[in-house]
Amino acid sequence: MKNDIIIAGVGGQGILSIAAIIATAAVNNNLYIKQSEVHGMSQRGGEVQSHLRISSSPIASDLIPTGAADMIISLEPMEALRYIPWLKPDGWIITNTEPFLNIPNYPPIEDVLAEIKKRPHHIMMNADEVARELGSEKAANMVILGAATRCLDIPYEEIEKAIRNFFGRKGEEIVKMNLSALAKGREMALL
Amino acid sequence: MQKLVLLGDEAIGQAAIDAGLSAIYAYPGTPSTEINEYVMASKEAKEGRIIASWTVNEKTAVESALGMSYSGKRSMACMKHVGLNVAADPFINSAITGVNGGMIVVSADDPSMHSSQNEQDSRFYGNFAMLPILEPSNQQEAYDMIHYGFDLSEKFHVPVLFRITTRLAHSRSGIERKAVRTQNPISLPENLKQFILLPAIARKRYQVLLSIQDALEEESENSGNNVYIDGSDKSLGIITTGLAYNYLMENFPDRTVPHPVLKITQYPLPRKMLQKIVSECKEILVIEEGMPVVEETLKGILDHGIKIKGRLDGSLPRSGELNPNLVAVALGKPMIKGDDVPSLIVGRPPSLCEGCPHTDSYFALNEAMAEYGKGRVFSDIGCYTLAALPPLEAINSCVDMGASIPMARGAADAGLLPAVAVIGDSTFTHSGMTGLLDAVIANSPITVMILDNSTTGMTGGQPSAATGRLKQICLGLGVEENHIRILKPLRKQHTENVRAIKEELSYQGVSVIIPTRECIQTLNRRMREKFKNKKTE
Ligand SMILES: Cc1ncc(C[n+]2csc(CCOP(=O)(O)OP(=O)(O)O)c2C)c(N)n1
Ligand code: SF4
Repeated sequence: MKNDIIIAGVGGQGILSIAAIIATAAVNNNLYIKQSEVHGMSQRGGEVQSHLRISSSPIASDLIPTGAADMIISLEPMEALRYIPWLKPDGWIITNTEPFLNIPNYPPIEDVLAEIKKRPHHIMMNADEVARELGSEKAANMVILGAATRCLDIPYEEIEKAIRNFFGRKGEEIVKMNLSALAKGREMALL
Repeated sequence: MQKLVLLGDEAIGQAAIDAGLSAIYAYPGTPSTEINEYVMASKEAKEGRIIASWTVNEKTAVESALGMSYSGKRSMACMKHVGLNVAADPFINSAITGVNGGMIVVSADDPSMHSSQNEQDSRFYGNFAMLPILEPSNQQEAYDMIHYGFDLSEKFHVPVLFRITTRLAHSRSGIERKAVRTQNPISLPENLKQFILLPAIARKRYQVLLSIQDALEEESENSGNNVYIDGSDKSLGIITTGLAYNYLMENFPDRTVPHPVLKITQYPLPRKMLQKIVSECKEILVIEEGMPVVEETLKGILDHGIKIKGRLDGSLPRSGELNPNLVAVALGKPMIKGDDVPSLIVGRPPSLCEGCPHTDSYFALNEAMAEYGKGRVFSDIGCYTLAALPPLEAINSCVDMGASIPMARGAADAGLLPAVAVIGDSTFTHSGMTGLLDAVIANSPITVMILDNSTTGMTGGQPSAATGRLKQICLGLGVEENHIRILKPLRKQHTENVRAIKEELSYQGVSVIIPTRECIQTLNRRMREKFKNKKTE
């Protein structure tokens, strides 16, 4: 079993939480992981990405080779496209459709979404809106993670467990909110 | 044992704690910062009373580590690669003094300059100092080799350079821990003159350093850290250093390479192993992250008739970080790639945070400077360097920490007036104070802005040594009190701030302007913590 995943977004959107949760679930499932992330400039509105590799056998490179990623999980539509060279031809794009507008020259959003739709396998949803309806916009990343569980080779319950673990310190309410965001994202990914 | 999932940096921190560390000293710098942060946050480290401290710069970090080692205990100093330039003096000389307790200097290189001014390779410093270098290929090796490194340091009584690169520093993997070793007791060096580098003693100590070189090489051959893996196809021999080994293996899914492979993670280079692979194989491919250190050594300046491929002949790019695809091409495999990035994608450059105090400081400076034209503002390294980009475009230099003030002084000496220096508070205490003293002594007509945001913002908000001390420091260095102006960088103070800056620009001596307002990020973090503590009270 092998999942090579690029997680993308903009600084502050919570991509590293997604990475940490999948990684924890994988390790609890006795899988090997390597997760590389970009630090530094990321907190100031720049692009952020993480390479997450999960495998039942030892992993060599911290970086995913181009053309080899099984999926791109993105919290922002344009950021999903930035890492297309890494995606293998039958790979999945699972992305939020809500643009993060902190630059003056953001391309027309319809064009961005059309570009994503050109790929054979994609799951798209407005995760910000879904999370807002559930009561916390911050949980948009868990909505997208929920959608991505459709493509991950890790049992859904393990992801749930990892979320409980990850948000446990923040109290039961926060845990529940994130679990319902996860469930909603998963549910919507089927529609 | 349950595996710990750690960043390469964190694995180094945990290993040091487990290997009997007594103190770690560091100045923040990407990608090394998380080592010290990890030890600082560690409960075990606290229980073991391990000192984990941010120092004012990398030089004082290495010197503090050396003092700890003098006293018999195990110590570590951590920095980013350019930090080793700052610490070069104590680093090189600590090879001559030797050490008592084990001492490791960690230097984190940043090939591709993800967040640095250059991509210098720390291994040059290790060779320069004639010290052993360890360069782990993965997180587990990083953990294990810290244990080994302390033993090595104590066996040969010299510091050990530990070289990592961005990708290892900032990548997580499962780590298996070793047994915890107790800290060393306090003890004096056997020879109490050893650390006095007067010429007569230094000459002797240098001979000692020279005399252990063969033994260090012997250690590299036999420690098990350098591995010769045989392969039947001798048309090519492959030498990898550090984590380049992973990129090689990624290209062989069953993890067997048909060619002989020499995996290097310890220096001085194991000459016998090199001889073996060179004599057995028709051609050699050297894959190393960073500069072509091993490749150049093997090649020499004369042609020995050995065919060596690598970064110098274009088989691999001359600069930048490696990856599995680049290594595939060097192996003659096809370059596999997904679709190209669609042309409509644009960059998302980093910018100052919404509400950042620096923005208001620069608005005021830009307006005050408008009448003099562009090209007169020397700056430095930190969040405030982002003012080089639109919309602010306020600064004209960023070279090395502390350079802004002496560069402004030099420009003023040349007659370029007014000359302005803009420097962050942490950068100022790191290495701006000496330059300011020079300017005071020369009575140079420069205007220095020290942007006091009460933190080391760029690297994630570590405390700044300058906090609460800036005015006193400037007074102590001899800046006149009526030319030290503390401003509040706020939109509503703009007019007042512009006026103050203009007044100081026209002053024909050293003036210091200190816009003072906390970084938005650290302010928010503090508020969140305060709120949390209130809730639990
Ligand atoms: C010699 C050296 N050490 C460390 C760094 C990493 N570094 C870059 S900027 C910075 C901190 C700047 O802090 P400050 O001057 O307070 O400015 P701020 O980022 O808070 O605006 C550090 C530590 C470096 N570039 N060079
Ligand atoms: S981290 Fe702080 S100093 Fe840096 S840009 Fe943001 S607000 Fe400004």
